[in-house]
Amino acid sequence: MSVFNLPSYVQSSFLGLVGIQLEVALGACALGLLLALPIGQLCTRLPWTYPPVLGLVTIIYSIPSIALFVVLIDYTGATYTTVFIPLTLYSLAILVPGVADAIRAVPPEVIDAADGMGYGRMRRYVAVELPVALPPLIASVRVAAVSSISLMSVGALIGNYGGLGDLLILGLHFFDQRLIWLGLITLLVLAVGCDLLLRLLQRLATPWARQRGGAA
Amino acid sequence: MNLFNYLRQFFDDPTYRHGYDDIAARLGQHCEYSLVALVIAAAIAFPPAVATGHTGRGQGLVSAVAVLGRSLPSLGLLILLAVHLGLNFAVAMIPLVVIGIPPVLLYTHEGIQGVDRAAVDAAKGMGMSTSQVVLRVELPAALPLILAGLRVSAVQIVATASLAAVVSFGGFGRYIVDGLYQYDYAQVVGGAFLIAVLCLFTLFVFWLLGRVAVSPGLRRR
Amino acid sequence: MTTPLLRRLAAPAAALLAAAALAGCSSSNSGNPLAGSQPTGSIVVGSDNFAESVLLADVYGQALAAKGYKVSYKLDIGSREVTYGLVKSGSITLKPEYNGALLSYLDTLRKKNTPQTSASEVDAAVAQELDPGLEVLNPSTAQDNDTLTLSKSEASALHLTQGATISRFITALNGQPITIGSSPEFQTRYQGLLGLEQAYGLKDSQITYKSLDAGGPLTEAALTSGQVQAGDLFTTDPTIKQGGLLTLVDNKGIFGVQDVLPLVSKKNLGSAGVDALNAVDAKLTSAGLLDMDTKVQVDKDDPATVAKQWLSSEGLG
Repeated sequence: MSVFNLPSYVQSSFLGLVGIQLEVALGACALGLLLALPIGQLCTRLPWTYPPVLGLVTIIYSIPSIALFVVLIDYTGATYTTVFIPLTLYSLAILVPGVADAIRAVPPEVIDAADGMGYGRMRRYVAVELPVALPPLIASVRVAAVSSISLMSVGALIGNYGGLGDLLILGLHFFDQRLIWLGLITLLVLAVGCDLLLRLLQRLATPWARQRGGAA
Repeated sequence: MNLFNYLRQFFDDPTYRHGYDDIAARLGQHCEYSLVALVIAAAIAFPPAVATGHTGRGQGLVSAVAVLGRSLPSLGLLILLAVHLGLNFAVAMIPLVVIGIPPVLLYTHEGIQGVDRAAVDAAKGMGMSTSQVVLRVELPAALPLILAGLRVSAVQIVATASLAAVVSFGGFGRYIVDGLYQYDYAQVVGGAFLIAVLCLFTLFVFWLLGRVAVSPGLRRR
Repeated sequence: MTTPLLRRLAAPAAALLAAAALAGCSSSNSGNPLAGSQPTGSIVVGSDNFAESVLLADVYGQALAAKGYKVSYKLDIGSREVTYGLVKSGSITLKPEYNGALLSYLDTLRKKNTPQTSASEVDAAVAQELDPGLEVLNPSTAQDNDTLTLSKSEASALHLTQGATISRFITALNGQPITIGSSPEFQTRYQGLLGLEQAYGLKDSQITYKSLDAGGPLTEAALTSGQVQAGDLFTTDPTIKQGGLLTLVDNKGIFGVQDVLPLVSKKNLGSAGVDALNAVDAKLTSAGLLDMDTKVQVDKDDPATVAKQWLSSEGLG
């Protein structure tokens, strides 16, 4: 398919770019989730930590991605790591409140019922709290994943570390509109695809929600 | 840490005190882009969200639009528009509006939909027409969430407005992009700092609005 | 409701994502995304972020590959302000340069202001001011200068025609405001706004600046559409003729001498490589460069292909 043939200066195949985009963006999201789980849990166990954490997270989110990328060049050079770290931070910014809210959304009656049935702390967490918190949690993972994919394209500005975003910048420099459209549409398809996949996961993980014909 | 040094360097530099590149001018531009985009996004998203929230239908459509708005890479859209439409104001506005719509849409929809059914029934029972129910009961009750949506939207717009600088527009993003190409990190740090401060200020403005506009009965603890 | 739709889309979506992830693992040219350094013994050719720089990088790189070197590329990185540092640190082994612009950049770093009246003067000064470990090889006769080019409407409004100088333009402006468009770094360069102010007397208060790109499509479009009245286009830019734009004569020589030549980091380039690059520069002319630029920027040919064709026609690859 010739529309996917990329000029030599892109220095990667189309699928190569897609692969890099997914690896870095979704990898950052996954790392963000891994870090957000304990932090979010902490915020619910010690409620006074939540406002300062929320404040810090909002500040991080308000720093434009391009600024973070450029500043990090001094420390990590111009590599994918320079893009990976801010993407992880942005995912954290979305997922820490997401995790905290999800855990807090578990109705106290459910927890009491589990306690009443003799579940220990660990078993209760794994068998009752997490599954009930899963839908809102996956909802914020969806937001984090989509914005991660979309934000990564800005990495193209620091020397072509933006995955499919490279197509946008190179298309601009060489005035190749096909490249720009290709980049834009592929990014859109990837992001929407990710969202749909995660929604599917959400539905599969919560069979009880389906019976009620619940919200997407 | 040298970040503080960069900041001091930036604010000491006279280039940013006067002329076309000064902080006041860039602030004006950034606020202009953000405010206009926010107003347009709210104008576009608000009516449909109220309608779907009030009727309880269209949840899927709202979600789909929200996902699309978030998935569209702002930088990509910006470049595409610049290449096709040249460098006019609409080119800077459209991506910002696109990114501003989803939060307003989602939060307003949820806010209206989440209004206590008892209050709505009572209003209908009192003989209020649909528009009266919406205006006098649902909107005021949904105000905290509506404001939250506007707040999230505003912060996203202010932060994303930095990208407009990639295709020649102004605002604080100008410092970041110019700093990148001129290899002048003081400018980059200065620009990022100014944007972060502006975001925090936006949050403060909305907090104030919340205290003023939201009925005391609805205020969260 | 949405469930049947999801079920229909889920499988193909999952397959697409899985295939892409697998393909990414095997076909990504950049290797492990999170690693930084280069393997020793191979050559990395870098370029600045405009089309001609990428083209020249392809020319130099392929000439070296023809001599048996293992060549990899880092194209379209950023402005000289960024790429010079990369050559200095060894991240890239060489990049195409222009002796006058390089000297101007070094002057800014060393806080000097060397007049650029002849190529040999420039070359000598560059050799002196370069960081240790770096050198420039033999320059070609091919030149590509920055310019101050006026839009059609601005030229006719001020009654300026072919041969008009920048000095004449500034006088004709008579203190009125002007919108200038070029790359962000043009604002801080002597071969840019600083020179226009210091050598030609343009006042800062007259300027409205639009940060576009380095003589690239954004600047070309802005000038041809009249959105900016003056801009920096390169002398090898085909758009100047096509758009009826007026390039002003640089009578005070702020844009200097701009012979094309490679900037190299000495340690990774053996003598065979130096000879190969010097051979390229011996054959490269302004006309040949303009021809290649037209093929890349107007005909949209792939620069690597254009470079290869030129090298074979010159017997260099």
